[in-house]
Order: sequence, then structure tokens, then C-alpha cells
Amino acid sequence: MEVLHRSAFRMPPAHLAPVPPVRLRAWFGLVLIALIVLPAAFADAAATTAGRAGIFATLARWTPLLLRGFGFNILISFVAMTIGTALGAFLGIGLISLSRPIRQVSWTLTQFFRNAPWLVLLFFAMFMLPFQLRIGGLLIPLPDWMKAVIGLSLPVMANVGEIVRGAVLSIPSGQWEAAESLAFSRHQQIWTIILPQCVKRMLPPWMNLYAILTMSTVLASIVGVNEVMTLAGQVEAAEGGRTDLLAPLYGWILLWFFLYSYPIARLTLWLERRYHVEI
Amino acid sequence: MKIADVHKSFGHLEVLKGVSLELMKGDVICIIGPSGSGKSTLIRCINALTPFQRGSIKVMGIEVNDQHLDKRALRRRVGMVFQQYNLFPHRTALQNVMMAPIQVLHQPRKEVEARARALMKKVRLEGKENSYPGEMSGGQQQRVAIARSLAMNPEVMLFDEVTAALDPETVKEVLVTIKQLADEGMTCILVTHEMRFARDVADRIYFTDRGVIVEHGPPEEFFTSPKDARTRTFLGQLS
Repeated sequence: MEVLHRSAFRMPPAHLAPVPPVRLRAWFGLVLIALIVLPAAFADAAATTAGRAGIFATLARWTPLLLRGFGFNILISFVAMTIGTALGAFLGIGLISLSRPIRQVSWTLTQFFRNAPWLVLLFFAMFMLPFQLRIGGLLIPLPDWMKAVIGLSLPVMANVGEIVRGAVLSIPSGQWEAAESLAFSRHQQIWTIILPQCVKRMLPPWMNLYAILTMSTVLASIVGVNEVMTLAGQVEAAEGGRTDLLAPLYGWILLWFFLYSYPIARLTLWLERRYHVEI
Repeated sequence: MKIADVHKSFGHLEVLKGVSLELMKGDVICIIGPSGSGKSTLIRCINALTPFQRGSIKVMGIEVNDQHLDKRALRRRVGMVFQQYNLFPHRTALQNVMMAPIQVLHQPRKEVEARARALMKKVRLEGKENSYPGEMSGGQQQRVAIARSLAMNPEVMLFDEVTAALDPETVKEVLVTIKQLADEGMTCILVTHEMRFARDVADRIYFTDRGVIVEHGPPEEFFTSPKDARTRTFLGQLS
């Protein structure tokens, strides 16, 4: 009975209806393509009549190289997300620890890494970390991209920590009380009762964070990692710095990021609907 | 079980001002009284969900008001059912019943499953084993919560206004289950607003008001000839 009525209750009167949220839609991509292709077509025509190589031909020639760079961005985002999520899960547990010192340390770490600009953290990782690590007799090289991964995983960690803490706090206190009164240990309460219920609440903000991280991987170009933006700069230089190439070149890369993010946004939406996550 | 002179305050608000009561194995008592009189707080003190400042609660030889209290040992022997059911929504009804005996008591899964199925049958929810709490009515969820608590084989059961959140038509199915338990000799403490049920099931009724027990006695006597003026006013408002 309750179940049947719930949807009716969630329908507010017309004047209170929430403003529909703006979502990433497929036609945004079409607009983006139009914005890139149209000026590029003009520039292309202008270039070929002036006797220079066409814009489209130039882009096509460099695309394999740029795609390798883009693959690097994806790799950085994947590894940083994995490390950040693993560390952030523990940080989140630390934030709700019953021990005051653990809570304070976790809180400080979270606040520090969440509020520091990502680029600053990236610079720190770049210049503070050695280029190789010696563990026992083993020399582990630490290439620039790995340092960038570490630099980016720190803010991810702090944000995941907050996502975990927020999700845990959103679980009704009755769940804790029921678990307590059934004599579960604190550890069991967290891992078998509370966290499993948090997963679906955490998915949308977590995937959102991933999208932000993916966009932020281009920051690594500033510290010299050979990702797509660095390569784009080199392509531009190799083409003699011709200005008519700039907009189509960066637009082309922008489109890739859209094509990569769009399915993620759709998937998030689908997951939200599927699990009835209320936002 | 012996509760002696329990005092509890939330900040400056004194909720329990010296409550004492005693019960023997197999007793069924109902605590009734106006909202805010400390009924729920009292039974939450019994399984140490709420700490209290002064007084003593002894449950089967375990002193609850003790800094070194092993809360988990206490709670293994005291079952509790809540107003809001508090089933674990990510597990099926049967899994809800099975979780604690397996994880807390480390009993073999097969044995626990057999017992859990029997309990589901006992609360008349056969066939609902694989339903998730979200797919069940309030009354059904509350009966699963009772089965979940019973699966730990507690020696005392605490019921905290377990029918207060239910539709009138589902209240009865829960009360029938509790009545059956009481008849089987389970020691029960119930906080309830169901006067007729209290009269029917309880060995003794305790009436609380503003943090003290005003009056107690066998149900017949309590309902037909209440001695205290406050009790009379309260019962008068009901009829």
C-alpha cells in the first residue's frame, strides 16, 4: 500500500514542480560538431585556395598521434580514479570513525586535498616526488605520467572520502540501531549493513567526479606529460603556428572528450533511474 | 530482570526520574503512558542503546550501567523490535533473519537457514522468503523484524511501539504474532498504545507519566479501577 502511494506523494503541485535539471543531451554533441565543422570548412576552403594544405587533411594526418595522447588521458583518469577511490574509501571510513584522533586526521586530510587547487597538487606531485623509488634493492622508475596520476588521485581521494561520509550519514539511524541491537560489531555494521546500502547512493556523485577528473587530466600538459593537449601544442608548432588550424584542432579534441563523457553521463542517469536514487 | 531507580537526562531535560520495575522469566509486561513520558527511553536503556546516568538495570545477571559492559554479550540475549521495522533493505526477508546468527553467533549456515525458514513460517510469511523489504507491507516487514530478532534466540524481547507506524488493518497480524510469542512463555516488555491488546496479553501494566511509574498492576485491576488521578485522566481520554 505504502509502495503504491509513494509515487503519488512525490508528485508536487504544479506551482511547486521542480525546475527540470539540465542534462547532457545527444544534440549538444551535434551542435558541437556543427560549431567545429562549419568554421573548419570555411578555413579549409580558404587554405586550399591560398595553396596551403587543407585543414581537414592536416587534422587527419595528425589524428593517430593525437589519439595516442588522448588514450593517455584516459589511462591517467582510470588509474587516478582507481587509486583515489581505494584511498578515499578508507578516508571516508576514517571520517566516521568512533575514535576522535582518526576522525581528526581524516578530516584534516579531506579538507586539505579537497580545497587545494588541483593544479597546485599536480605541481607538488611533480616536483616533490623523485623520478625513481628505491624499495629494498628494487628500483622503481616513477615516470612523469605516474606522478601526474598521484597528483590527481589526491583530490579524488578527498572527494571520494566526502562522498562515502555523505552516503553513510544519509542512511537512517534506525539501520545502525537495528544492527547494534542484533549484536553486530562496529566493523560488521559498516561493511555488511551500512556500506552496501551506500553503493547506489554513491554511484552518481562518483561518476560525476570521474567526469570532472577526465576533464582535469589535460592539466597534466602544464607539467609536461605527453597527453593530448601537449601533443596538440606540438602539432600546432609543427604546422608553423598557422592560426586557422587552432580552432578546428582544439575543437576536434573537445569533441573527443564529449564523445567519451556522453555515454558516462547517460550511464549515470540510467543507474540513478534503475536504483531510484533520489537526488 | 531488575530495573532500579533509573535516571536519564538529555541535557537539562530529565526524562526518567527514578524508574524501578522487576520481572521474572516468562513475564509479559506492557508500558503505557502519554507521549514523552519516557517509555521508549526506558526500554532503549535495557539493551544499552541509550546510556543512563544513575540507577541499575540487571538483565540475567548482567549489569547494564557498567563502564565495562560487554554490549554485544547483552544484546545477544535481548531482542528488540522497532517502530520503524528497520529491516536491512539490501537483503531479502530470509537473509535479514539469517544475517545475525551467522555473523554474530557464527552458527553453521544450514542450521540457521532451517531455523530462519521455520521462523518465517511461524510469523506466517511463508513464500515471502525471497522478497525484499521494499516489496512488503508494513505489517509484513514488522513480522520479518520479529523473526529476525527471534533468530538470535533471545531470552527477553523488547517491543518499542511496534504497531504505531502500521495501517489499522495490518496492526492485527503483528499483534497476533506477539500474542503467540507471549503465550509460548517468551519474556516480553512492550511499549504500546494498543490498550485492548495490552489488557489481553500483559501480566502487568505499568503506567508512566513525566519520567516516573505512576501506577502498575494486573490489567483487570488497572483498567477497571485505576487508583491514581493521572491514570484516570489518561484512560478517560482514550475512551
